[in-house]
Amino acid sequence: MGRKLLLEKAHVEGIRTYDVYRREGGYASVEKAFKNMSPDQVTEEVKKSGLRGRGGAGFPTGMKWSFLAKPEGVPRYLVCNADESEPGTFKDRYLMEFIPHLLIEGLIVSSYALGSNRTYIYIRGEYAWIVDILEQAIAEANANGWLGKNILGTGFDCQIYVQRGAGAYICGEETALIESLEGKRGNPRIKPPFPAVKGVWDCPTVVNNVETLAAVVPIINLGGEEYAKIGVGKSTGTKLISACGNINKPGVYEIDMTISVEEFIYSDEYCGGIPKGKRLKACIPGGSSVPILPTNLLLKTAKGDTRMMNYESLADGGFATGTMMGSGGFIVFDEDQCVVRHTLTLARFYRHESCGQCSPCREGTGWMEKILKNIEYGKGKMSDIDLLWDIQRKIEGNTICPLGDAAAWPVAAAIRHFRDEFEWHVLNPVESQSRNFGLAHYADPRPVPVA
Amino acid sequence: MAEEKKLFKVTIDNITIEVEAGTSILNAARMIGGDVAPPAMCYYSKLKGSGGKCRTCLVEVAAGSTADPRPMPKLVASCRTNVMDGMVVKNITSERVIDARNGVVEFLLINHPLDCPICDQAGECHLQDLSYDHGKEGTRYEFNRRTFQKHDLGPYIQLHMTRCILCYRCVFTADQLTNKRVHGILDRGDHAEIATYIEKSLDNDFIGNVIDVCPVGALTDRTFRFKNRVWFLKPVDAHRDCPKCSGKVTLWNRGDEVYRVTARKDQWGEVEDWICNECRFEKKQTSDWVIEGPTKISRQSVISQGHYVGIKKPKETVVEVMDGRKPRLLMDIHDVSEVNKPNVDLSKIAGPAHSEDFK
Repeated sequence: MGRKLLLEKAHVEGIRTYDVYRREGGYASVEKAFKNMSPDQVTEEVKKSGLRGRGGAGFPTGMKWSFLAKPEGVPRYLVCNADESEPGTFKDRYLMEFIPHLLIEGLIVSSYALGSNRTYIYIRGEYAWIVDILEQAIAEANANGWLGKNILGTGFDCQIYVQRGAGAYICGEETALIESLEGKRGNPRIKPPFPAVKGVWDCPTVVNNVETLAAVVPIINLGGEEYAKIGVGKSTGTKLISACGNINKPGVYEIDMTISVEEFIYSDEYCGGIPKGKRLKACIPGGSSVPILPTNLLLKTAKGDTRMMNYESLADGGFATGTMMGSGGFIVFDEDQCVVRHTLTLARFYRHESCGQCSPCREGTGWMEKILKNIEYGKGKMSDIDLLWDIQRKIEGNTICPLGDAAAWPVAAAIRHFRDEFEWHVLNPVESQSRNFGLAHYADPRPVPVA
Repeated sequence: MAEEKKLFKVTIDNITIEVEAGTSILNAARMIGGDVAPPAMCYYSKLKGSGGKCRTCLVEVAAGSTADPRPMPKLVASCRTNVMDGMVVKNITSERVIDARNGVVEFLLINHPLDCPICDQAGECHLQDLSYDHGKEGTRYEFNRRTFQKHDLGPYIQLHMTRCILCYRCVFTADQLTNKRVHGILDRGDHAEIATYIEKSLDNDFIGNVIDVCPVGALTDRTFRFKNRVWFLKPVDAHRDCPKCSGKVTLWNRGDEVYRVTARKDQWGEVEDWICNECRFEKKQTSDWVIEGPTKISRQSVISQGHYVGIKKPKETVVEVMDGRKPRLLMDIHDVSEVNKPNVDLSKIAGPAHSEDFK
């Protein structure tokens, strides 16, 4: 049984309410930080913990905080990125819905560390019911003196505001989020300047993911060094994984990043294996934007090591034979799944969500979708596969924000690892519609189930 | 004693130059000039916040600075990246840059019709120049292009959304030059478009400048469009005492007739001074202006073309090939275009058409 830090109390009855949360030890980190630690000491603990941003990029949180400019007389802002919109990623929703005070507590401590008197939760508009839950939690925290003026007599004032997004995936990108928060169209800004220098209303700003900010609570409670002992290497602490697709037990799991991918998929504690005893074909381990891996590279690295559920192991081999931890959106495909169709679905999503500011993303995502559509619906040509490869190559790295990369990587990985499936679609336009094309990508260590 | 300005040494395509701190790579390259200067479709030095969108100016930074000589992993938008001391930049000497730029041109041309022969911007189009320099002769795109109706944005401006490359220049212009912007970008991704949302008119005193900043033929001057071709006109610098703007313009004349008035542009195609609508649209008499002299036009510009001395015309062979028969006219321009009056037969006009012919 893996160690739980974030979801340990998530199933306590009534934990959503302040009274139960407090009774279970809630807000202890605020007391500890405000009474015994300076803001810089809180930042230092976060640095010691080795916490990496849980939104997808995995940048060290403490380091990000230390980049925050601190000019005199200029307000600083902390923004919680709750614009969770990546297909396959739904962990923050779970955390906010079932244990909202954990996020509020993390936000208060983080605001203290960063000197943010006004902190925002920018939340995906579609999470409408969670807005109510968060506002209720904020009201309770206010009523009990954890927010407002002169918190715990420290002279520190802090208020948290919830801002709903209008339903654009791009607003999860930190600079687009800031634009949207300011009431403008959610277009990414060109960096530099980075938000740490010029963010919300041109003031220094830190944007962190929900899970990242919630993780500050156990870091302060345990101490940074103790937190860093959990996990392995630079993948410290625990990580929420939202598992879905062809697994017996889809849901949000908290892992300590020392388990293998195989264990995560097949053990009863987590995904519980593939339904109907089918074989594993592929998996996207970090949300739809990260490269898909076929079974042979998913369970073992190219060097033959066991692939573990952590940042380093999943990225082992780069994109040629590896992938990314990303936001932890773990999507499993069984043997009946069509990679071409799934790639088309993702391409359609990214095309729809491209903000349209820069040419490669605006035009390239649409082009990729159209070609994939042709291949999927039996109108593709062999040359289309190479064309797709070339288009994604010209998008990747050439756009304002990472949405271009997010659109390019799934297509690149699908062609890299499943090119034969694309070719089969082109050569067998009628049969490919039946979905029973029986291409083998398994290399699954488990025996083939007997029918 | 004036404070000494901090100078940074930057090397672009093996040419080293010293520039003031805070200068962008693009502007440093422009100081060197020639092919070293990356193309720019959305950047406009006179518009704050512009640039970074079209990605045509991507360059490779081979060394970040003397202090940190590591290369930048990705190509960067030269218009929005400032130079550092000791920075080494590769523009046309980088294969990555050339490859990326080819890609950008291909993307830009997906939804931009290659109708240069009939486009009102022909001869003045930056995308046309860019596609000559970095484009391919064919297209790999085989799907339907976006289509839009032509749209009148008030009495002076017409929008051809099919040609728009969403550079945002006109939006920045309206934001920064007028007191109330009524147009902007609607929708996202490849279905994004310039629009006024509900059929509004662009009628601010300075809104005509959106025509000058448009790098392609998306925003056109309704008082000029299709009345003539730019290479038939002779640009002359002129000025007038205007209470609203500097009054410094370029008149585009044919004989003594003023066909078009634009702001004066520099060698990068950017206006030197914004001009008001009155100067641009309503002062079309030579007597309204004090003529300064011919505008200096780059030798490479299409406007300079066709003025050769001692030109030898190729032999006309069509009649010869067709056994003395003249080519059959298959298309009547009036069937497909609303440019001219149907009762005016262009082929019967001796010499180039003049506005007198349409009165």
